[in-house]
Amino acid sequence: MNITLKVWRQNGPNQPGDFATYAAENISPEMSFLEMLDTVNEKLIAANEVPIEFDHDCREGICGTCSLMIDGIPHGPQRSTATCQLHMRKFQDGDVITIEPWRAAGFPIVRDLVVDRSAFDRIIESGGFITVPTGSAPDANLILVPKDASDAAMDAAACIGCGACVAACPNGAAQLFTAAKIGHLNLLPQGQPERWARTVNMVDTMEEYFGACTNIAECASACPQDISIDFIALMNSDYVRGKVKQRRLTGQMS
Amino acid sequence: MTLESNIPAGPLKEKWDSYRFNMKLVAPTNKRKFKIIVIGTGLAGASAAASFGELGYNVDVFTYHDSPRRAHSIAAQGGINAAKNYHGDGDSVFRLFYDTIKGGDYRSREANVYRLAEVSNEIIDQCTAQGVPFAREYGGLLDNRSFGGVQVSRTFYARGQTGQQLLIGSYQALARQVGLGTVNLHTRSEMLEVVLKDGRAVGVVVRDLTTGEISTHSAHAVVLATGGYSNAYYLSTNAMACNGTAIWRAYRKGAQFANASFTQIHPTCIPASDEFQSKLTLMSESLRNDGRIWVPDKAGDGRAAADVPEAERDYYLERRYPSFGNLVPRDVASRAAKQQIDQSKGVGPLHNGVYLDFRDSIQRLGREVIEARYSNLFEMYERITDENPYEVPMRIYPAPHYTMGGLWVDYELMTTVPGLYSIGEANFSDHGANRLGASALMQGLADGYFVLPYTVGNYLAGYLNTDPISTDDPVFAQAESAVSDRLKMFTSIKGSRSVDWFHRELGKILIEQCGMTRSQTGLEKALSDIPALRDEFYQDVRVLGENETLNQSLEKAGRVADFFELGELMCRDALNREESCGGHFREEYQTEDGEALRRDDDFAYVASWEWTGRESEPVLNKEALEFENVALTTRSYK
Repeated sequence: MNITLKVWRQNGPNQPGDFATYAAENISPEMSFLEMLDTVNEKLIAANEVPIEFDHDCREGICGTCSLMIDGIPHGPQRSTATCQLHMRKFQDGDVITIEPWRAAGFPIVRDLVVDRSAFDRIIESGGFITVPTGSAPDANLILVPKDASDAAMDAAACIGCGACVAACPNGAAQLFTAAKIGHLNLLPQGQPERWARTVNMVDTMEEYFGACTNIAECASACPQDISIDFIALMNSDYVRGKVKQRRLTGQMS
Repeated sequence: MTLESNIPAGPLKEKWDSYRFNMKLVAPTNKRKFKIIVIGTGLAGASAAASFGELGYNVDVFTYHDSPRRAHSIAAQGGINAAKNYHGDGDSVFRLFYDTIKGGDYRSREANVYRLAEVSNEIIDQCTAQGVPFAREYGGLLDNRSFGGVQVSRTFYARGQTGQQLLIGSYQALARQVGLGTVNLHTRSEMLEVVLKDGRAVGVVVRDLTTGEISTHSAHAVVLATGGYSNAYYLSTNAMACNGTAIWRAYRKGAQFANASFTQIHPTCIPASDEFQSKLTLMSESLRNDGRIWVPDKAGDGRAAADVPEAERDYYLERRYPSFGNLVPRDVASRAAKQQIDQSKGVGPLHNGVYLDFRDSIQRLGREVIEARYSNLFEMYERITDENPYEVPMRIYPAPHYTMGGLWVDYELMTTVPGLYSIGEANFSDHGANRLGASALMQGLADGYFVLPYTVGNYLAGYLNTDPISTDDPVFAQAESAVSDRLKMFTSIKGSRSVDWFHRELGKILIEQCGMTRSQTGLEKALSDIPALRDEFYQDVRVLGENETLNQSLEKAGRVADFFELGELMCRDALNREESCGGHFREEYQTEDGEALRRDDDFAYVASWEWTGRESEPVLNKEALEFENVALTTRSYK
């Protein structure tokens, strides 16, 4: 296959960027999208041109490092698939593919296709945990967790923190990420003592960095892990209860 | 140099208790006077840093990722072992200890492994309390499954992403400490040198990967939790950035490197599809619970799987190992697959795989059950290969996956450099010559949560009321300029070939000569080929761009340069070990029916290597392994 790439090149955070056009020739349909970029980079190096910087690591769809906007869609055209798991057989010979970084105010560009997603870490630091000093936990089977609750928590916990939801949102909002993190912990018995404070702190921190949610739901379509927007509803409900109701009732509300 | 393993005296079962009673303590109010540096934020690093922070130490933690949550622990699929015996099937701390020693082919330390088995139960308690969504039974209790090399169900799991869920647990514990201010988190920061003063570790040199800025950091103790070196092989299941630089830099500063040739080649990976393959993808070993492995009887059989009649299929693991069948340990399964492919029985377009077939399980249990167990793995397989494993058998082939070797550490997890610790996959300690499935996550968290937070105090107590060595000390300036010079050297070579080209060539040598089987002639050839390729690298590598920006080629150049030296040590260690054990299979040492031939009289030791310079050979130090609680037997899975 022969493909034409239009790739965003930008030397640094506060520098102007622009699209550069590259030919990707003799691409095997078996290649992953990132392996295709590897071969383009090899050719750039051979031609004494600085290779394209892009974030990637596990290439198994689980670490959440890869982050490419492919033809305007986060992670490209295949649903429920991170960029690293996208293969060239999903494209046609002769295609022109536009590759951009995540575009969101909360994710400043570092270089080329690489962005800074550390605002996500700030959200977790503000409350995305269950406080358990090392060694203080009771026997694991003393905490009974109904299978339904455990499965629902797992659905939320599957979030890989890639930021596709933010990139997909016209408002650059991080509701789906934050809701997945909150949902994972708030659905479990272990997460109840800190439930209301966690929700309020995380939502408030999220709003320092990201835009507002207007229920467009692009986030859920872009999510490589199919996180449901139902978790946003759960988060909003917990946020209201956390803000409005009396916190001293913590632990007594269901 | 004699190696002091510092194993406490007394019966095996009392060693850890007696150690904890006799060790020196740092009082709670004194902990804030100490500073500890942790490199790496995988399971071991994140859990150690979080625990240090909770105890009150001042912690600086560094990761080259953009977030601690991305460390490669995340990719572990299958599960984590513990001796809970929740299923009442005869498991116990002693059985987990015994299975791990036996699985490691009697090349690990009894005391360390027993401690690992002891704390395994606390890990499950800790992680469950943190909200790790382990699989549950309908009554709300925890579910378990079984893994290769054992005959009990002791593996806890969270769908096919146990590693991600455990890492999120320790990352969240770490994030809490960052929020509280006890831990300083440095992301996109790569450690490039350990700093020593008077023979003791006093700090590190770090490069900011986005600005190229080189900085120095001092502390009372330095912990390396930087994972393994499977990427020396180029094609492995490790993430692209996984590297051996931190432990290699430590080795060059005097920390000894043990059992470098003990590498694990995992049997269930998706075979390479073309020459541009950048990495290999693992399919969880848990698939071997329900999948049957086979190849066509006839060499060069070109028929599709469905066209090969039952009578012409060779279920070679079930045939050779009737009692363990498809669940033999990883090293045995990998070698058996290689033998089939070497006999031209490989399947798939490139004839580089064996089948893992779910047809019989689907017939027996129904497709729904198989979907519930493995759907995410099946989907992943289909995304990569475009084949549907519900209908066509999976194709699998072994790939480098884990390294049992690593920095030598004593019972306290301290390297031969005082004040320098190594935990998780980065050390050599617990898995001997072969690691059992679902034991890597266990070891990472054992070291980070339940061992190092105790043992580090025993060292720090001796430095109460002393400040860390100032970064104004000349040792820091020297280390900093050595790092800067090395980076400038890479960009100034201006050769003709990319870093990846050299890495791929190195990988070919290593997988060929120091992979699933090794031989004297092959290893000797590798020991002349690798230095030649290395010399070419230093003359002909092309690293474009500058130091002062994000520059992934420059990052890779340093890592590959270190892989050259590490790869050489792997071969040297393999050449020295004239026996077959675990993942190390020397062609000269096998039984008549092709099984590994261990030589306990001559090789029941840890081979610990000491750096003497690039142009001279390293010195071999031996730590004899003494087995007082298990009898050395020939592993048999028949």
